[in-house]
Amino acid sequence: MLGVALVFAGAAAMADTGADTPKRVVSINLCTDQLALMLADKGQLISVTKMSQDPRSSAMAEAANTVPANASRAEEVFAMNPDLVLAGAYSSYATVQMLQRLGVRVEVFKAASSMAEIRSGITRMGAVLGQQDRATEMLADFDAELARLSDAPAHRPRAALYFANGYTTGEATLTGQIVQAAGFANISSEQGFAAGGFLPLEKLALTNPDVVITGQPYRGASRAEAVMHHPVIERLKSRATVAAITDRDWVCGTPFVLRAVAEMRDLRLSMEPAK
Amino acid sequence: MRLMLALSALVLLLFVGSLTVGPAGFGGLSALWGGDGPMPLIMHEIRLPRALLGLMIGLSLGLSGAAMQGYLRNPLAEPGLIGVSSTAALGAVLAIHTGLAGAWMLGLPLAALAGAVIGVGLILLLAGPRGGSLTLILAGIALSAMAAALTSLVLNLAPNPWAANEIIFWMMGSLADRSMTHVWLALPLMVVGWLLLATTGRGLDALTLGEDTAAAMGIDMRRLRLVLVFGTACVIGAGVAVAGSIGFVGLVVPHLLRPLVQARPSHLLWASALGGAAMVLAADIAVRIMLPDGDLKLGVLTALVGAPLFLHLIYKTRRGLA
Repeated sequence: MLGVALVFAGAAAMADTGADTPKRVVSINLCTDQLALMLADKGQLISVTKMSQDPRSSAMAEAANTVPANASRAEEVFAMNPDLVLAGAYSSYATVQMLQRLGVRVEVFKAASSMAEIRSGITRMGAVLGQQDRATEMLADFDAELARLSDAPAHRPRAALYFANGYTTGEATLTGQIVQAAGFANISSEQGFAAGGFLPLEKLALTNPDVVITGQPYRGASRAEAVMHHPVIERLKSRATVAAITDRDWVCGTPFVLRAVAEMRDLRLSMEPAK
Repeated sequence: MRLMLALSALVLLLFVGSLTVGPAGFGGLSALWGGDGPMPLIMHEIRLPRALLGLMIGLSLGLSGAAMQGYLRNPLAEPGLIGVSSTAALGAVLAIHTGLAGAWMLGLPLAALAGAVIGVGLILLLAGPRGGSLTLILAGIALSAMAAALTSLVLNLAPNPWAANEIIFWMMGSLADRSMTHVWLALPLMVVGWLLLATTGRGLDALTLGEDTAAAMGIDMRRLRLVLVFGTACVIGAGVAVAGSIGFVGLVVPHLLRPLVQARPSHLLWASALGGAAMVLAADIAVRIMLPDGDLKLGVLTALVGAPLFLHLIYKTRRGLA
C-alpha cells in the first residue's frame, strides 16, 4: 500500500518537473556538475564548482570551463538566482539548509557506489533537468558499453587497492565495483572490508597481490601519500603489476567510470600472456 | 647499579615485545635474521624500525626531560609542555611543504632541529636562569599555541588535499608505518644530542647547590646552557621530524625515577633515558593492542598518563606559583 503511494508520489513529482523545466540550474558538487554538463541544454546550467574545472579531479574540465564557477557557498549561489540547485550528499548540510530556507529548490544526489546507482543517478538527473530523452539515450549507451566490457574472465587476478593513508576500498564502493567489473578479485574483500577502511601495512604485506593499484599523488607533499612509497609497498610492487589510477574517472557516478573499467580491463588482459 | 640493570632488562623486554605485536600476528623472531616471504619483510621493514624508533625517541624524551628539569630546577619542565616539540614540528612541516625535505635528505631533520633550537632558546630566555614555574608554564603555553597555529596554517595552505589531515600526527605523534629510512634520518642527530646531554651530569649536580656554588666549583654556566640547548634541540628535533610530538614522557619518567636515584641529576639522566625508552615502547605496544587495525596516536596515551600527573605537580608546587 505504502509502496504504491510512493510510486504515485514519485510519478507526480516527475510529471511536475517535466512540465516545469528549470532554466537557471546551479550545481555545487563535483559529481552533479559532470552529470548536469552532459545532460543539460546549453544555457540551462549557469554555474558549476571550481573543482570540476580542475583536470586533476574532473573528467569534464574542458566543458566545465565554459560555465562560470562557484565555490559551493550559499551566499554566492543564492545571488545567481537559481531555480534549481544540484547538490551531493556530501555537500555542506548548512549550505543546503540555508538555500532551502531561502526558498530555492535543492535536489540532493547520493554518491553512487554501484553501477545500478549510476543508472538511477542518470535517470534522476534527466528527470530534474527535464531532459528525460537525453538520459534514456545515455543509459542505453552505458548499458551497451558495460555489457561489452563485462566479459567473464577465466582467471581473476588479485588486486590490492591501496591509497593515501593506507585506505583501501571494498566491493561496496564505486572503486571496488569498477575493479570487479574489470575482472579483478579485490584483496580488501578477502580482508573483510565491504566498504572502505584502513588496511594496516602489515596485513597488506601478507596478501601477496598480483596487482597493486595506488592513487596518483596530488601536487605538493603529504605524509598521507608518502606511505605509498614505504619499502613494503615498493617490494610488493616489484613482484606485481603496478597501476596508478587518476581520480577523475573513478570518483563520480558518471558514464566516465566505464573509461576506468576499460583501462583496468586492458591492464588485466595485458597480464594474461604472462600467466 | 641495580636500578640500571632492572631498567635495562625492562627496556630489552619491551623492545622484544614491540617486535612481536602487530596486526599480522607473531611469526617468530627468527624472521628477523632473513628468510623469504612476507613475515621477514614485515619484521625488517615495519616492526624493527618501529621498535628502534620507539627506543630512540623514548631515550631522547627521558634524557632531555631530566636534563631540562635539572637545569631549570623545576619538575614541570618537559620538551612537549614548554613548546619545544611544537616548534620542532613547525620546522618539520615547513621543510616538507616547501619541498626542502624532498630535495635534500637531511632537510627534514635539520629544519626540525632549527625549530627546536628556536623553541628551547626562547624558553630559556623567557624563563630566566632560575626557571620560575609560572613563567615557564605560561611561556610554554604561548609558544605551543603559536607554533601549533602556524603548523595548522601551513598545512591548511598546502596544495595537497591530504595535508590538512596531518595536523593530528604532528600534535600527537605516531610510530605507525615508519621505515628504516626514518631510523637513519633521525639517528645521527640523536647520537649528537645524547652525547651532548650526557656531558651535562656534573654541571647539573653542581647546580643543585646553587648557581654561585656551581660557578665556584668551576662550572661554566654559559657553556652548560649552550650544551643543554643544542643537546635538547638535537634529540627533540630528530624525534619530532620522524614521529611527531609525543608529550609528557619527559615529565612522567623523571618524576617516577627521581626518588630512586636520591634526586641526583647526573644519575637521573641515564635512569630517565632508560625509563623514557621503556615508557614509549610500552605505549607503542599498548596502542597496537587497543586498536590493532587503526592508528591510535601515541600522544593520546602518554597524555592520558601524563596530564593527571602534571595537574598533581602543579597542585604540589602551587604555593611557589602564587
